[in-house]
Amino acid sequence: MIAHYPALLVTIPLLAAFVIYGCSWLHKKSCLPLALLALAISCAVSIGLLAQAIAKGHISYHLGGWQPPWGIAYEVDPLNALVLVAVSTVAFINLIATAGEIEQVFSDRKGAFYTLYLLFIVGLLGIVVTGDLFNLYVLLEIASITGYSLIAMGQADRAPLSSLNYVFMGTIGACFYLLGVGYIYIMTGSLNMADVRALLPSLYHSSAILVAFIFCLVGVMIKMGFFPLHTWLPNAYTYAPSPAISLIAPLMTKVMAYVMIRLILSVFSPAFTFASLVVGHGIVWLACLAILMGAILALSQRDIKKMLTYIIVSEIGYIVGGAWLGNNTAMTGAVLHIINDTLMTFCVFLAVGGISRKLGSVELNNFKGLFKKMPFTMGAFVASGLSIIGVPPTCGFFSKWYLISGAMEAGSYSFVCVLIISSLINVILFFRIIETAFFAHSDPGNRHDYLLSEIDEISLNTLIPLLMAAAGLLVLGMYSGTVVGRVIQPALAGIL
Amino acid sequence: MELYYSIRPLLAVLVSLCAVPFIVLSPRPNIRETVSFIAAGLKFALVISMLPVILNGHQIIFTLMNVLPGAPIQFRVDALGMLFGIVSSFLWIVTTTYSIGYMRGLDEHAQTRYFCFFALALSATIGVAFAGNLLTLYLFYEMLSLATYPLVTHHQDDEARISGRKYLTYILGTSIGFVLPAMLYVYHVTGTLDFSALGVLGGKAHPTTLIVVLFLFIFGFAKAAIMPFHAWLPAAMVAPTPVSALLHAVAVVKVGVFSIIRVLLYTFGTKELMGLHVGPAVSYVASFTIIIGSLIALSQDNLKRLLAYSTISQLSYIILGVALLSPRGMTGGLIHIPMHAFGKITLFFCAGAIFVATGKKNLSEMHGIGKRMPITMIAFFIASLSIIGLPPCGGFLSKWNLLLGSLQSHQAIALVVLLVSSLLNAAYFMPIIYKAFFLRDQGSAQGIREAPLFCVVPLCVTSLLSIAMFFYPQPFYKLIKLVIHQLLGA
Repeated sequence: MIAHYPALLVTIPLLAAFVIYGCSWLHKKSCLPLALLALAISCAVSIGLLAQAIAKGHISYHLGGWQPPWGIAYEVDPLNALVLVAVSTVAFINLIATAGEIEQVFSDRKGAFYTLYLLFIVGLLGIVVTGDLFNLYVLLEIASITGYSLIAMGQADRAPLSSLNYVFMGTIGACFYLLGVGYIYIMTGSLNMADVRALLPSLYHSSAILVAFIFCLVGVMIKMGFFPLHTWLPNAYTYAPSPAISLIAPLMTKVMAYVMIRLILSVFSPAFTFASLVVGHGIVWLACLAILMGAILALSQRDIKKMLTYIIVSEIGYIVGGAWLGNNTAMTGAVLHIINDTLMTFCVFLAVGGISRKLGSVELNNFKGLFKKMPFTMGAFVASGLSIIGVPPTCGFFSKWYLISGAMEAGSYSFVCVLIISSLINVILFFRIIETAFFAHSDPGNRHDYLLSEIDEISLNTLIPLLMAAAGLLVLGMYSGTVVGRVIQPALAGIL
Repeated sequence: MELYYSIRPLLAVLVSLCAVPFIVLSPRPNIRETVSFIAAGLKFALVISMLPVILNGHQIIFTLMNVLPGAPIQFRVDALGMLFGIVSSFLWIVTTTYSIGYMRGLDEHAQTRYFCFFALALSATIGVAFAGNLLTLYLFYEMLSLATYPLVTHHQDDEARISGRKYLTYILGTSIGFVLPAMLYVYHVTGTLDFSALGVLGGKAHPTTLIVVLFLFIFGFAKAAIMPFHAWLPAAMVAPTPVSALLHAVAVVKVGVFSIIRVLLYTFGTKELMGLHVGPAVSYVASFTIIIGSLIALSQDNLKRLLAYSTISQLSYIILGVALLSPRGMTGGLIHIPMHAFGKITLFFCAGAIFVATGKKNLSEMHGIGKRMPITMIAFFIASLSIIGLPPCGGFLSKWNLLLGSLQSHQAIALVVLLVSSLLNAAYFMPIIYKAFFLRDQGSAQGIREAPLFCVVPLCVTSLLSIAMFFYPQPFYKLIKLVIHQLLGA
């Protein structure tokens, strides 16, 4: 059984997705428990895989018993096991937290919603775990198409249009990736990542391989919303339904960032990427630009959701820059930031989702006096804000630490400056909201202390997962030494 | 020197943090304040319980988490941390008493929030005092910045909003903009963030770079209010007076000074500082702040703002003393931590007591106040003597040592600065005393009307203690001797 974990991870939510769609005709009430069960299993399986990967170092699973490079192989190493845990945990907790809203808002279409939700997770988990370049494309399309549909289910008038924009951009990205894979296949005759990696060194000089690499990279960068290819992201994420967005926003872009790191580390190899290619510096500069532009565009937003989407653009810049600095420390920072940013984006979008459900809209002005009304939700919001700023001991501080250290090692002081400036802008972004929420038009004659009557919190189903996520920011920060020492360093050892 | 492994430093930090849920959940104000008292008492007891070990020349160490290679979250209690820990944890007890009198006397809103964040701020302060490396120090430094924001903006009006913005801009702006890169640079070149009596940076980078890093630290720890990064302190005076008293005369500002001292002496090390010839440069920066701070204080009419500028000037005494890098100078600088703390907290307590009893904030309205509030104003007189540096008050000892120290290191400029500053201190304090006792009150109110007992007792205690410390400064001297012995050898 344990040997089949990599297959179970993907097949269980896949099967559950179809069962749930069937159930939505026959017995509507069982949709939610089934979805929860499937996600709980894949969550448990991914944790089991992480434990196995840490113990064994590397697990290779051949689907259907077909030997690679002919069959499809699922490769698990500590690094992607960690990403798997992040994806499946966020998916599971998000469903618990937002089930109430889904049941209410999509009461007539909930079968469709849960099915798409699960298929989206199938796609993401598959992308992370697969060891086959073409299989990755297939799963990428599964994740993308379900993502488009989830976003299009938004209540806002602009949801379908922004989803359509995302469809166009996403399809272009997928085409680039597919073309790149085609070139690789022409040159090597193989689609298995390990096989390609072994075949490539003799072809490093070939311009076809260079083109293949650049095509794959551009495709992935469109999908992750790397500036200036981010234009689809803000609208798509702003107008999507909040239960979907606290799932998609933390996961989709981060998984794509992981794919980029996977391509660098286990397909094209760092030697090729950083040594024989001169674009590295250019990409670090672009990452600087992404961070700054994301921050500046975020400053100009009055709508908090939209502001957060630009922060994602900025955070993706962190990861890309870290990955392309080309040393162990910076890569550690990039990988750690994928995990940390997943958690903090999840926490902040969950909080904002809860607030928008209560207030109707999340314009900055609506936050007035919100600390009194929703102290716990705002507490979680502040915690994720501090993590995004990078205040210790929240996890955001530690990944930023590795990124800046790595930039210093690489002598890239512009990236150091940009990271510091971005932290300072994040201070402004979050304290602008905190200040608005703290200063209320309170009744000056009112001298009472405990105004429990004023508290109007989101429901406990949402609040408890939210507070857990907020506490997770601290716990992950405190244990970041363990994460780096036990998971990230062993995975990078010998590669970088 | 032996290292003792004990959890007590962590407990000393956590005790006020653990009090927070109880403060929130307590059903009545009396219980809430009792919890605050118990936490303050326990914290002080825990700090004092470590004193004998430290006085025997040993250190206490506790590692909480290995978060970064070479930089764990670690506590390490040494004589310097002990000195600061004792002062701030003792004064929290006194301030809790005062807070009760002040907050109830004025019927302030949101008192629960106030007591919560006060407890949080004290946790952070002790965390800085006992931090075993730069990362831990930074962690608690930031925690203190954030925990004091709701205290500064307590009144939640437009003035508080503007001051809060200023506060965060200066404090967070400098700590993220200056300290964080400087700290990362230290980690980059040395691979460690530990404090060591010999310093860790010796010869690890180009001297010019090291000097830049040094000044990034000095200005980056803006809580020390070294000019030109001082403007947040007068702005923070919109906070309720107990906050100004404990945080903006003792805890927050001295955390800034303490952090600078830690970095100067334990990250750079005295030998490296002497090698860089950077002592005089630092002392000029401090001297500038001392003189200009005092001059601005002369022109203030709002009593709390005057005290704020006086604090800005006095904090730089400590930096100046340490920058002299001579045993006497360091003694003077370090002994100024407790001496100034007791003196300045008394002055703030007095300012708050006057506000509670009469509602007056400005000096021009305080004619004849000495007849109405004799006890408060006598305490004010004693404390101002201490700040000016006259016997029989503790402040005399620090100034005496500072003057000797500047002679010892042949720094005539420091000597002149200290003497001129003393005159300026007298020039802004003595008129207040004169007006209070010898001018007639314009109003009709007659007879003695002091502030509530909860306000008056603490200020009497701290003013008497600042006299007592003149006659019995030995405990502090012993700690400082240990610090200097460790740094400079015999």
